[in-house]
Amino acid sequence: MEGVVQGVGFRPFVYSLAKSWQLSGVVGNNSLGAFVELEGSEDAVAGFQRDLRLQAPPLAVIDRVTAREVTPTGLQTGFRIAGSQLARLGQTQIAPDCATCADCLRELTDPDDRRYGYPFINCTNCGPRLTIVQDVPYDRPRTTMAGFPMCEPCRREYDDPGDRRFHAQPVCCADCGPRLRLSGFEGGPGEVIAKVAQLLREGQIVAVKGLGGYHLAVDATSDRGTRTLRQRKHRDEKAFAVMVSDLEMARSLAEIAPADELLLTSPARPIVLVPRREPAGLVAAAVAPGQRQLGLMLPYTPLHVLLMREFAGPLVLTSGNVSEEPIAFLDGDARQRLGGIADAFLTHDRPIHLRVDDSVARSFRGEPMLIRRSRGYAPRAIRLPVTAARPVLGCGAELKSTFCLAQGDSATLSPHLGDLKNYETFRSYADGITHLSRLVGISPVVVAHDLHPDYLSTKHAQELAESGLELAGVQHHHAHIASCLVDNGSPGPVIGVAFDGTGYGTDGTLWGGEFLVADLVQARRAGHLAAVPMPGGESAVRQPWRMAAAYCAQLAATPAVAQRYPREWEAVTRLAGSGFAAPPTSSAGRLFDAVACLVGVRDEVSYEGQAAVELEQLANQAARGWYQSEIREFGEMPFQIRGADLVAAVLADLERNVPAADIAMRFHRGLALSIADGCQLIRETSGLGTVALSGGVFQNVLLLELAVAHLERRGFKVLTHRRIPANDGGISIGQAAIAATRDAGSADAR
Amino acid sequence: LAHGAGGKASQTLTDAVFLEAFRNPLLEPLSDQAVFGIGNARLAFSTDSYVVRPLFFPGGDIGDLAVNGTVNDLAMAGARPLYLSAGFILEEGFPLESLTRVVASMARAANAAGVQIVTGDTKVVERGKADGCYLNTAGIGVIEHPFALTADAVKPGDAVLISGPIGEHGVTVMLARGELDIDSDLCSDTAPLHGIVADLLTAVDGVRCLRDATRGGVATIVNEIARAADVAVVFDERAIPMRAEVRGAAELLGIDPLYLACEGRFVAFVEGAQADAALASLRAHPLGTGAAIIGRVVADPPGLVLLKTEFGGTRIVDVLIGDPLPRIC
Ligand SMILES: [Fe+3]
Ligand SMILES: [Mg+2]
Ligand SMILES: [Zn+2]
Ligand SMILES: [Zn+2]
Repeated sequence: MEGVVQGVGFRPFVYSLAKSWQLSGVVGNNSLGAFVELEGSEDAVAGFQRDLRLQAPPLAVIDRVTAREVTPTGLQTGFRIAGSQLARLGQTQIAPDCATCADCLRELTDPDDRRYGYPFINCTNCGPRLTIVQDVPYDRPRTTMAGFPMCEPCRREYDDPGDRRFHAQPVCCADCGPRLRLSGFEGGPGEVIAKVAQLLREGQIVAVKGLGGYHLAVDATSDRGTRTLRQRKHRDEKAFAVMVSDLEMARSLAEIAPADELLLTSPARPIVLVPRREPAGLVAAAVAPGQRQLGLMLPYTPLHVLLMREFAGPLVLTSGNVSEEPIAFLDGDARQRLGGIADAFLTHDRPIHLRVDDSVARSFRGEPMLIRRSRGYAPRAIRLPVTAARPVLGCGAELKSTFCLAQGDSATLSPHLGDLKNYETFRSYADGITHLSRLVGISPVVVAHDLHPDYLSTKHAQELAESGLELAGVQHHHAHIASCLVDNGSPGPVIGVAFDGTGYGTDGTLWGGEFLVADLVQARRAGHLAAVPMPGGESAVRQPWRMAAAYCAQLAATPAVAQRYPREWEAVTRLAGSGFAAPPTSSAGRLFDAVACLVGVRDEVSYEGQAAVELEQLANQAARGWYQSEIREFGEMPFQIRGADLVAAVLADLERNVPAADIAMRFHRGLALSIADGCQLIRETSGLGTVALSGGVFQNVLLLELAVAHLERRGFKVLTHRRIPANDGGISIGQAAIAATRDAGSADAR
Repeated sequence: LAHGAGGKASQTLTDAVFLEAFRNPLLEPLSDQAVFGIGNARLAFSTDSYVVRPLFFPGGDIGDLAVNGTVNDLAMAGARPLYLSAGFILEEGFPLESLTRVVASMARAANAAGVQIVTGDTKVVERGKADGCYLNTAGIGVIEHPFALTADAVKPGDAVLISGPIGEHGVTVMLARGELDIDSDLCSDTAPLHGIVADLLTAVDGVRCLRDATRGGVATIVNEIARAADVAVVFDERAIPMRAEVRGAAELLGIDPLYLACEGRFVAFVEGAQADAALASLRAHPLGTGAAIIGRVVADPPGLVLLKTEFGGTRIVDVLIGDPLPRIC
């Protein structure tokens, strides 16, 4: 049996299932997953096989069962559980970290239970996994629980096949397990948590050691507290995530759709972006300034559960870092880096082996849509619609970097890592590749990478190639579309619409508003947004007003924003016209920037994608009307959609004093219409009826909803993202899928 | 990335073509100059070609650039420059007055640097080629001190100094192309550096390596040294001297000033204990009044250059391949 079958209560489950069918034999773990040998009546064996899938434990994922006949012994010796074998033959899957299960929660709050109030309670159905595993096979000595010898009662549970804690590697109790600590305070867990709650109520900032790293916590209703946190973290505007005790508290702050509820309460417990109630009620303005949404999450460790009970209010729980740095996870490092931010440290002595950030999700059309796939999801394998001939590493992109390991038809996507330009992040990336390769037993032979020569991921791939690995370059937007194909289990071909910030094109220019005809082998650029100069390169990303200037230069228009930059506007306009330090780009993200600036959303951003996010939230969905842009065709050459037409319409409406919220809506409609028109053009020549929508721009659910509606009305089947992020976090799995498919093709040819 | 961005995979043209064909022990280090002995004398020998556009810019022109460039390549080996050659490749129709201006400027620069132009050559090519005028200079200098200044002498614990504010030449030339029509008081920093180098070598004996921060700027040359010495260099962002106009223009153009060329600034790697003495020596020279200690050499991670940012973050400063294109998706 292959899949997630280790450390999830699988062997005890098989044990009791075999017993119930009166079968004898053995179950054990090996490096492929788990194996079982059965002896008994034919009916019983068949019944066992059926129930195996139907009744599997909640965290188990059975990918594949391979069965063969062996000679019966004729002895009815009963059923037993074998210990782990240390053979390293192929793939095992380490489970993702999992929120505290209902059984453990009951024990946690039962005064008669021996683990009452113990902040590290867990069982085979829940608790830490990926974050504590040092090596495989998954056994206690190869986790960060190795330093906690089990006490007698814990050992008995661990050894009892009938117990919920049978072979639960992190099993522990107050007598033998990790201990909670509050800096400068002595006391048991109950007193510590009461004290922390008191500090929080006083508006203090507390660093809290969680599953995959440190958080910074502050009372979400305290404006002064959240403002202080922003100052100390050097995080000016990006919203903070908020932990709420339960769904009821979540509902008091935001509108929770059924799909959001499912996401919030799922074992992965991601941060879920939900529309906040107006007025926002309790939550301080500085938590999510200017946002119509809140990022909410429910407690996912026993420590969080206890803390939230005691604090009894919404709590900002944001990553423990300064500005651009990755989240701190090592105790010494956290003390050093967060010492100037936190007033107190709530920590414990169970080491974190792997840094894993919180995941972020939102719902779209009643389905989850992951924006950051990390804690609770990674490293669960994703099935590829192809079978790799040789093991593949996808090196990902640069900013929202992940990497991906693929073997056979199974792909493991790393947790979110972040901006590789940051040295700490880069080290996590390079070390993470080695670590995860060992955990999943995949030694890559082929290394897929982006075409951008200066991505550190590209350079890392080249570095790996020096030790004999084979390089496979994959164009950025092709990888986006491939990631969407993988997410939908389709090999293509499709019409791929990849809208994002920027990515390196096959012609060496910056793409980002692309219509591709693509499958998992190749992509043809069938159309794109007409290119505009990006004056000042990367500084145009930080300063959307420059994109406004670039578009306005094409239209010979001087908008109101020009007066806000009396000296620079002229210079940037000239820069746009000079072709010097102004690389042309067909980016959809930059078109959003230009419009956001023109309607007065903002001229400069403090984090990636901010202007576009705010433009989406500004849009008045009740507004009437839409804009239109011309599509210019060039025979065999890709068609071009004139984004400048949309900008011209924005300028005309501004002249007429149309409210910004209406303009924002009309712009979204106009772009969605262009997407549908472009796809229709491609259908006429290619006959393709399926469209895949990918790239960071499609995290904008307003645009996504409008585009999907248009396309479906015109008879297209539309593939969108669910489990794999549409942004650059999905690039690595797209690269891996393409490289694997190409490699399988050339293996066939050989 | 342990051995630096791109590593051997991105073998340069130099490695793949020229070194392959010409391989010899003097060429092998691929420094900006060769150092060898003839009789009792230790000599440095260097050549460089100049294809700057525009030919004339505030603070200089292709002529003094060609003299100072080769003088500086010799100076970086600690040599006293003596003799230069000059080769001219002229486009048919290149105005005589422009040529006269370039040559006069070369003569002035040579005088100022105390070198003589002792041999030369002229070729004229068809219209439309050579952008008016290309120059080549080669130079010979004599080394009169006992130090071997090489990249692999750099060790953890060394201090990294810069002789003055960065990026002025690079920004000046970009603005001089006229497309941007930006007024600025900036001038090229082009200057001969052998004098300030001689003072430095007299003042302290712990100088390990010198490098002028020309093409690719401070970021690129320091990466080369980090790789050659198998050490890491950590810059302190706040310590890097830069004129406000350079910062402003770089911001406008979206170019990281660390990658901007200088033609009269050099980076010195000096034994840590002598950093202050070295700084004092640099600042005592008219070309070094803006000198600063900008970083230090550490053992890990070998081959990488890091920048400690204002907020305490650590950014990788790598070698850029081609024109910088945004990496943000
Ligand atoms: Fe992208
Ligand atoms: Mg040179
Ligand atoms: Zn549990
Ligand atoms: Zn115990």
